[in-house]
Amino acid sequence: MKLNERSVAHYATCDSPADHAGFLRKRVERHHHHAHHHGTSYQRRWFVLKGNLLFYFEEWDSREPVGLVVLEGCTVELCEAAEEFAFAIRFDDAGARAYVLVADGQAAMEAWVKALSRASFDYMRLVVRELEKQLEEACKSLAACCKSPRRSSSSGRKRHLSNSSLLPVQEKPTTLENGYSTWGSGGCVPGGATCPDHDGGQTKPPPLPPRRRSAASSATGSPAPGLPPAMLESPVSPETIPFSKLHNWYGQEIAALRREWQERQKRGHP
Amino acid sequence: MRYNERELLSLARQPAEKAAEIRMSVPKKGSVLKKRLVKLVVNFLFYFRTDEAEPIGALLLEHCRITKEEENVFSISFIEEPERKYCFECATEEQCQEWVEALKRASYEFLRRSLIFYRNEIQKMTGKDPLEQYGISEEARFQLGTPRQ
Repeated sequence: MKLNERSVAHYATCDSPADHAGFLRKRVERHHHHAHHHGTSYQRRWFVLKGNLLFYFEEWDSREPVGLVVLEGCTVELCEAAEEFAFAIRFDDAGARAYVLVADGQAAMEAWVKALSRASFDYMRLVVRELEKQLEEACKSLAACCKSPRRSSSSGRKRHLSNSSLLPVQEKPTTLENGYSTWGSGGCVPGGATCPDHDGGQTKPPPLPPRRRSAASSATGSPAPGLPPAMLESPVSPETIPFSKLHNWYGQEIAALRREWQERQKRGHP
Repeated sequence: MRYNERELLSLARQPAEKAAEIRMSVPKKGSVLKKRLVKLVVNFLFYFRTDEAEPIGALLLEHCRITKEEENVFSISFIEEPERKYCFECATEEQCQEWVEALKRASYEFLRRSLIFYRNEIQKMTGKDPLEQYGISEEARFQLGTPRQ
């Protein structure tokens, strides 16, 4: 069976994140292998785990891998081999060989076993689906308690409007629009679908952050007109408006506030 | 590069996320479109001669580019060799779109980015790290700010 080996080798050596890496001794498998036989030998290899693929190299700076173990469907177990800190990667398939690996110490062995047993695509997919559900639920409950302009019980905690969590445009999951997931049902509205200026009052604009309120109302006022939107404390949920529009909206507010403040300065300090 | 072909063949026999008979060509000179059974299982795309049990080949779908070409056609190429394209001619435009969407989401790296995104969003919204309950919040593969590829 052919495999796109060149691309696979490239994936192994490029700088995408490795989930785990380190030296391990790999047992050499011979044809007539028995559980207990003399003359077992091991080869020290540099192992790199990326996703559900375990690559091994002759050296940590080798240009291409010597081999690959596709981990989907495997089990990882501690090994009753003669070696200390040994563990094995096994597959369901009858007659399939096991990969016996030996770590440098207890901690290294445990770290590898942990990393390898969570390496499957299936496992990752499960976790993602679970988080997807949780986000949907969190959004629903936030929408439920976000009926009034008052902030939710999570006061005192800064919510940054920074977009560090937004994924780069070309690589984002296709379910995202403007950085927010589009949920099929429930209380959440897809990003971009509602907007204060278009919506005729159907959706409330985001509540004014307290800092701004006090600045506007105090006579002497020491407001911070230059406050970047990222520093404002205000709950943002996908139910309101997408980040880019929010950014503009607050930006205009700040510009207006600044003008107001400057007017007051002129009046107050002739 | 050695690899556990036996396990890969076993994977090819697993239930597929998506499978269809699609005309396909490989990036070799003089290659023509041939009807193949194309099967998506986790981050691998297997392709079989339609009457055979063992795949002719497998494509690991990491660091690849899925491109919608002309009508009914999409292609798969890999980052380091963008001109070498595996072309797929579907029966309908709809089938073509479905495959493009499915393949774009078929990489481990895509799943990882999704997870990091959801984790971050949930944390912002609830103040809690959703991975803590699983005891995996410290795992390298789930960290924010991992270097982009």
